[in-house]
Amino acid sequence: MMRLERRPDIPLSLALSAPIGAVVVSLALAGILIAAAGAPVWEAYQRLFLGAFGSRLAVTETLTRTTPLILTGLAAAVAFRARLWNIGGEGQFYVGALAAAALGSEAGLQLPGYALVPVLMIAGAIAGAILLLVPLLLRLRFGVDEVVTTLLLNFVAVLFVSMMIEGPVKDPMAFGWPQSVPIVGDAILPKLVLRSRLHIGLLVGIGLAILTWIVQSRTVFGLESRAAGLNPRAAAFAGVSLKRILMTIACISGGFAGLAGAIEVMGVKGYVTTDLSPGFGYTGIVVAMLAELHPVGVIVAALFVATLFVGADGMSRALGVPSFIADVIVSLSLLTMLVALFLSNFRIRR
Amino acid sequence: MTGSGVVLRLDAITKRFGSLVANDDVTLELHQGELLALLGENGAGKTTLMNILFGHYTADSGSVTAFGRLLPPGHPRAAIAAGIGMVHQHFALAGNLSVIENIIAGTERMFRWRSDQSKARAKLAEISDRFGLRVDPDARVGDLSVGERQRVEILKSLYRDARILILDEPTAVLTHQEAEKLYETLRAMAQKGLSLIFISHKLHEVLAAADRVTVLRGGKVVAERRAGDTSKDELAELMIGRRVARPVRDKREPGPVVMQATATSIVAGGTAKLSDISFELHAGETLGIIGVSGNGQATLGQLVCGLARPTSGRFELLGQAVVSPSPRRFVSAGIGRIPEDRNANGAVGEMSVWENAVLERIRSPRFSVAGLVRRAAGRTFAQTIIDRFDVRGGGPDTPIRLLSGGNMQKLILGRSLETTPRILIAAQPTRGLDEGAVAAVHEEILAARRAGAAVLLISEDLDEILELADRVQAIVKGRLSPSVPIGDADPRRLGLMMAGVWQEAA
Repeated sequence: MMRLERRPDIPLSLALSAPIGAVVVSLALAGILIAAAGAPVWEAYQRLFLGAFGSRLAVTETLTRTTPLILTGLAAAVAFRARLWNIGGEGQFYVGALAAAALGSEAGLQLPGYALVPVLMIAGAIAGAILLLVPLLLRLRFGVDEVVTTLLLNFVAVLFVSMMIEGPVKDPMAFGWPQSVPIVGDAILPKLVLRSRLHIGLLVGIGLAILTWIVQSRTVFGLESRAAGLNPRAAAFAGVSLKRILMTIACISGGFAGLAGAIEVMGVKGYVTTDLSPGFGYTGIVVAMLAELHPVGVIVAALFVATLFVGADGMSRALGVPSFIADVIVSLSLLTMLVALFLSNFRIRR
Repeated sequence: MTGSGVVLRLDAITKRFGSLVANDDVTLELHQGELLALLGENGAGKTTLMNILFGHYTADSGSVTAFGRLLPPGHPRAAIAAGIGMVHQHFALAGNLSVIENIIAGTERMFRWRSDQSKARAKLAEISDRFGLRVDPDARVGDLSVGERQRVEILKSLYRDARILILDEPTAVLTHQEAEKLYETLRAMAQKGLSLIFISHKLHEVLAAADRVTVLRGGKVVAERRAGDTSKDELAELMIGRRVARPVRDKREPGPVVMQATATSIVAGGTAKLSDISFELHAGETLGIIGVSGNGQATLGQLVCGLARPTSGRFELLGQAVVSPSPRRFVSAGIGRIPEDRNANGAVGEMSVWENAVLERIRSPRFSVAGLVRRAAGRTFAQTIIDRFDVRGGGPDTPIRLLSGGNMQKLILGRSLETTPRILIAAQPTRGLDEGAVAAVHEEILAARRAGAAVLLISEDLDEILELADRVQAIVKGRLSPSVPIGDADPRRLGLMMAGVWQEAA
């Protein structure tokens, strides 16, 4: 008789094979859909790969898309580790973007270039942090479930941005299009590769991921927040202030998501519209799960997801397969990842 | 009761989990009307054996025969049909349903318009009468006490016509009085012709309740004794495999007062958790707080561990009134703390041994500099504890949940004692531990006292209090009795104090 038994501990090889296995399974499942759409599966995936990495332009586009995903992925990973269920990355992204655009415009802060860029980034982060602190305070004070509040605040935030770009920060030169005033030249992020859209935001994302890893594994705050996430009662008994840990985590998580929005405005678009994000906040949750909440894993997972989205466009152009297939693969990979994570806790015994 | 027929026979049962042999050629017989105790330390294979008998596990070899018929392995339904009932340590009851609904659940056909409870009620009433198991059939299970819920579990088995009843650690969740009552019930059931096996690692209850004792050690049956022909010492030796030296308490003169509560009360959520409690704790003495669990021990533990602030009254630590308590402040003031529930409060299971060892003092310069953890220092500290307190089952980097209860407790004890505390708070320090680990923990507590520490021992175990404490106070409904020197306290007097009668005792 076959029987599942709980594993005493999870070896590293298995920790790595869970996401890889999940990705393989979801690609195989999506292959059925590609075949159903009438395209050769193997060629479709080749096209997808070429679409993401087949040219200098493709590579820079993929990395450009990776940048916000690293940050929203970190936002989810950091929060989930402390059992703070921040589903509001999308809203935090938008308020961060709006803050950067409003303060970085002609009428905004009058600062020299070298100061303006970091100030705008911090402004975006603060805006995102505030949007997450509100639901956290509601949870701490009244026990309101933050899954619901953060999720619903996404819609509030997007509608607020919509209101602002139709009103106070509307660009009068945009022929009536609902978009914000553009940021000044000094606020635009330097390019990483000339004649491409790739900007230094990528380095900011990678740097913050590594910094997060160091903080989590080496500092007192990292140790305390891990304890608070794993067993709040034992952490409180040992003298860890759960409230303070959660507030700090909320600032970091919301801050990352807000920063993602600010960087997207400063690096790519130059202004805010309500289609600035193709779901970066939500996709960040998938990225975090694929990375098993590990900050360095977030970089890899973000690259994978960006590859799918950028590559799927190439595949779609070449073979006529709808590019929505990327969404399907990303969703499937989240589902298979959850199954894989569950199963890697067990082993099969005869 | 002997001489009557064998109703259940386990024959040469062997079960391996990987390289671990949980049951090694175990043969066991149960007679009609007999109360058999299965005694063994945690991990001796008792629960595995009963799970094989009940069909939850399949044995690698061996067979189970009930009432002369071979049971097919791996089929709990067949075991139930053969008249075997099992009461697990963790009850399988739906708290939002009534007693009668819980009892008949699963016995009715699923597709019926309405359930007919009248027959069930009559049958239940008849069973209740016969065995003296009184429970209101319409009470909501969620409102019942733990003892009553256990009665419902037993009734559930009897309702399914069980003639053999297996109880896994039935007293683990019960208060002293409830346990006494349970033995009475079990004996009555045996006298009425039922056959019972109960699993336990508590020597005194095995001796008090059972007809016959089978001792399991390392998966093997090492001995069988009639309860009348054996003693606590012999059973302990059989169970552990070596002699356990009971630690001895020496006489000491108490030192100055290091912790003092004067008419201290704690009110939380509108109810008084502690009312007007007063105690004095001296250096070099052990003050025992005895009481049935749920009488305010948890709040008292929070008060003395720095997790709760007194609502009124005075609480002094080392001569100074405590105004804003915090666990960190208490730890750095030299208080070693052993929490009541080691899994919930004492350790973060997923974190390593060394991280658990340093968590409560992580901000001290010994273990962190400028916010960075000194991991080498933490690992060394953990290794010192492991060596000094004989913690087995892993090194500094092992996740602490992989340690057994006894070893986890030794680590928690060790992290408090390694820095030579002035006060040691021990709340239920040996709950759920086996005899060997109990002796080790007791020895360490006595050693701390010998080193001059003041020990506050909160326990519901009479034997433990009598063995360790110099003075004892009873806690009843959030109130503390006056203190009684241990020389004047016998089990009867302590029992009265635990029932709230201390006017006579004073």
